[in-house]
Amino acid sequence: MKNNRIPFLYMACLLLVGVLMAAIPATENSGYQVGDTARDFKLKNVDGKMVSMADYKDAKGFIVTFTCNTCPYSVAYEDRLIELHNKYAPKGYPIIAINPNDVKVSPKDSYKHMQVRAKEKNFPFPYVYDETQEITKAYGATRTPHLYVVQKQKDGKFKVAYIGTIDDNSREPEKVQKKYAEAALDELVAGKAVSQPNTKAIGCTIKWREA
Amino acid sequence: MTVYLKQFFLLITLAFVTSMATQAQTVTTIKFDQLQELRQAPHDTLYVVNFWATWCKPCIKEMPYFEAAHAKYKDQPVRVILVSMDAVQDKEKRVLPFVQKRNLQSRLYLLDEPDGNTWIDRIEPKWSGAIPATMFFNNKRGQYEFIEREISQQELEELITKYKP
Repeated sequence: MKNNRIPFLYMACLLLVGVLMAAIPATENSGYQVGDTARDFKLKNVDGKMVSMADYKDAKGFIVTFTCNTCPYSVAYEDRLIELHNKYAPKGYPIIAINPNDVKVSPKDSYKHMQVRAKEKNFPFPYVYDETQEITKAYGATRTPHLYVVQKQKDGKFKVAYIGTIDDNSREPEKVQKKYAEAALDELVAGKAVSQPNTKAIGCTIKWREA
Repeated sequence: MTVYLKQFFLLITLAFVTSMATQAQTVTTIKFDQLQELRQAPHDTLYVVNFWATWCKPCIKEMPYFEAAHAKYKDQPVRVILVSMDAVQDKEKRVLPFVQKRNLQSRLYLLDEPDGNTWIDRIEPKWSGAIPATMFFNNKRGQYEFIEREISQQELEELITKYKP
């Protein structure tokens, strides 16, 4: 009887290892899904000050936008980001733009270049630098631009309500028919559930720090 | 004299033939249905489909690897296909000059589908939309692999060697 137990335990251990190993690839590139709680951050803005979501006492949520100076898609969306902020900040959902790109891989995404671009475009929202890429990894952003709309809960936590793109046409703003992010924000502002909480678009890869 | 003339004409003909042979490919504009058709190709062939754009730096960096693979496996059941994500409005001004300048030899498509949200999930739900991205498939053998990042030449070579019929 006792002898039988050892192979059984051995098999159970092997099985457990197998399950854990199978789980690793899944957790490796997983970030937040809609419904998850998003962590706050403390990142340096182009004005030198640190920015956290907790700083905004009156906000109902945020449009956390991973974007950069160099990706043509990000550049194509700069004016639309400004419009989005100007429309939804008064409704409680300001933009916080985060540059996730490593400066060695993408030199023109440096903090200095961010300052220049923010000034040129007169961004009405913070443009912060995730130098360690810790926040980008936690959120699971993979491309620029990549939006995460989070909604502040009663307990002060931030729940992810929308992940995706801004609209259906990066190249030609005048031909846009579906404003995915605005539709999600309108529903949140109206106290409704987001009907299309995940959308996709072609974008630039995030420039990860090389080991 | 006539010998020289003959040699001269031979040279000209040779130069012409060579220039024909290495002329860059044309770029065919396709819609999603045609991409889907390609993805479902039933042949016992390894398809290597790379999604790129003229504005995508890492894509341009890895492009010579795909071109080299195209040249190396030309006479084998391996098809290297480059699908541009550039906007169709930029085809004449950006894509064609790029293709000419680099003298690209792989088969070239431009996917005219501005709204990624309507098709990305239909071709690969795991794809977040970042490029470069590359698909390897042989439907006859039920083989498939998808990579959403830059690829090294060694990695590309290993994958082709692994899957080629």
